[in-house]
Amino acid sequence: MSLWEYANPKKFMDLSSAVSPWAAGAAVLCLVVGLVWGFFLTPDDYRQGSTVKIIYLHVPAALMAINAWLMMLVASLIWLVRRHHVSALAARAAAPVGLTFTMITLVTGAFWGQPMWGTWWAWDPRLTSFLILALFYLGYIALWAAIEDGDSAADLTSVLCLVGSVFALLSRYAVLFWNQGLHQGASLSLDAKENVADVFYFPLLVCIAGFVLLFVTLVLIRTRSEIMARRLKALLARERMG
Amino acid sequence: MMPDLGKYALVVLASYGVSLTLIVALVWASWRRGVRLRRDLSRVEARRNGGPR
Repeated sequence: MSLWEYANPKKFMDLSSAVSPWAAGAAVLCLVVGLVWGFFLTPDDYRQGSTVKIIYLHVPAALMAINAWLMMLVASLIWLVRRHHVSALAARAAAPVGLTFTMITLVTGAFWGQPMWGTWWAWDPRLTSFLILALFYLGYIALWAAIEDGDSAADLTSVLCLVGSVFALLSRYAVLFWNQGLHQGASLSLDAKENVADVFYFPLLVCIAGFVLLFVTLVLIRTRSEIMARRLKALLARERMG
Repeated sequence: MMPDLGKYALVVLASYGVSLTLIVALVWASWRRGVRLRRDLSRVEARRNGGPR
């Protein structure tokens, strides 16, 4: 069996119908456990006080804001190379989810930054690249909405997605090569010594799992909707032609 | 039991409030659109197959 079989809308609908309830249940479970653990059962940080509790929303949302765009990039490349409609529709479905995660990152970052840095906003490299990423999400969504022909919209939004990927990667790595900003280094790393303390680390991992599963669930549900909308549009056009 | 958030209570609670509101709104809108499209598609397919109009 090949992965490309799921580019068939019928097969994708069957698979997503079976998977999405499990993904949704696992997402709710992880989010409830992770957020309750993080909010109620972890101590304050010795420097940041109770604001450290914002980490359980800010870091997973930021991670998924970037990864959502990278998923859209892969789906867009599949569309451009292999012309599978499901991949273009999956990219379209992921954009509002990625935008929401980007908004959560920016808002929680502002709420966290105000007491720690003394300002809601700074033109810091990481903050600025995230703002640009949010604008790319808005542009991507608007471009899909503005073009009537589905294939042309998929072509143009795929190109926009390729360009925006530069900013998605910049958002991810800005703290590594721009040291003049206010934003601290990454909270998570493959090098265990650079991670946050264990007491914050484990609930954070559960929250990240919750955000990943939430993303998967929403993309499945929204891609199903896009496939249904496309079929509905085709049937209505056929009816009008008689 | 509610933890003591001290002088940062407002920003911490606002972060959770805004984030959870955005997530719930996104989930609700995604689910609602799916339900509406499934209903509309069923109606059109039934019409095509000679079912009730």
